[in-house]
Parts: sequence; C-alpha cells; structure tokens
Amino acid sequence: MTKSELIEIISQKQQHLSYKDVEFAIKTMIEQMAQSLASGERIEIRGFGSFSLHYRPPRVGRNPKTGESVPLTGKYVPHFKPGKELRERVNSSTAPIQQIDDRDSDLTD
Amino acid sequence: MALTKAEMAERLFEEFGLNKREAKELVEMFFEEIRGALEGGRQVKLSGFGNFNLREKNERPGRNPKTGEEIPITARRVVTFHPGQKLKARVEAHAGTQQQQ
Repeated sequence: MTKSELIEIISQKQQHLSYKDVEFAIKTMIEQMAQSLASGERIEIRGFGSFSLHYRPPRVGRNPKTGESVPLTGKYVPHFKPGKELRERVNSSTAPIQQIDDRDSDLTD
Repeated sequence: MALTKAEMAERLFEEFGLNKREAKELVEMFFEEIRGALEGGRQVKLSGFGNFNLREKNERPGRNPKTGEEIPITARRVVTFHPGQKLKARVEAHAGTQQQQ
C-alpha cells in the first residue's frame, strides 16, 4: 500500500471529507511525524509502535573504490519498535506477503 | 516528551477546522489502515517517511535470561521499518546531545 492508496482508502471511508482534505490531512500527519524525529522527539502510538532515534558513533569508513580511509561523524538513525497489537495481528496472519512492484520504489522518498 | 495521537489530532483540529472527534477519528484511521494492510500481508510505503516491510523469521534457539533455560523462539512474522532517504537525512542532521534509548 502506498501513500496515495492510503489516501484513497481513507477518503472513501470519510465521505463527509473531500479527497483533497484527506490528502492534506495525511500529508500533515506524516510531516508531523518526520518533523518530530528530525527535532529529536520520539513518537509513541499505542497499539501501533514507537519511533525513536538510535545513535551511531563516529567510525572510520573506507572509500570502496580507492580503499582510502574516510572519517565518518556520529549520527542519529530512526528506529521503529512495533507495538503489541501490531505484532500480534501481523504474526497471526496467514495472508501471503506482497511486496510493492519495483516500479513504485522511487516513490519512497 | 513524545509525539502522540492526541497531539496529531490537535494539529488537524487547529489546521483544518475538523471538530475534535473527527480529527481523532482520522488519526485513528490512519494507523488502523496501516496495521490492516500489514496484517493482510501488504507492505506499506509512505513517501517522505519510510517503508514498513514484513519478514518471516524461522525458529531459532533462545534462552531465558533469568534462568539460563533453553527455549526455542518460535517462527514468526514481523514488521520492519526502513526510513527513506529524506527522513534519514533530516534525522542525521539532528545535533541534539540528548541520547534516546
């Protein structure tokens, strides 16, 4: 399911809201979540899961082409821990796993 | 402090003139549709944020950390999250010294 499919599904269930309103609302929610992590704040959604930042300490990397050492600074990376309800529902499912077609992969960012 | 559904609903209430009940319902529906898709075996891709993928894990040996007793960890299906490039870049720049768990 992509963001546009999610918008489509929700706007069908929210007949009193226009498609544009649902689209803007969902984009606002996703942006608020990204903004929260970008400012170092965790996200805690009961039954869904929590997003936090994990610190990666500085390390010496290597340029794979030249073999040259490159110092890399420490950084934060987003981490998701699924909540109990999500874990249980996913684990009890026997539906076959479907990946989204690769053509759509570019939509990720 | 952490971002919660209540704060997300508050923002929709402030920015859209949705009433509080509608805003709450929309936030709830957003997460429920994602859970439902994952429960149905469907991967979820939210551009600008990241992907929620599903993985089947085989049974593996485990141990009760308290008693040292060996207990197999049963095969299971789990959700993994992969942040997109855009989110990673935004978070990486976060220079906060406050380390989160």
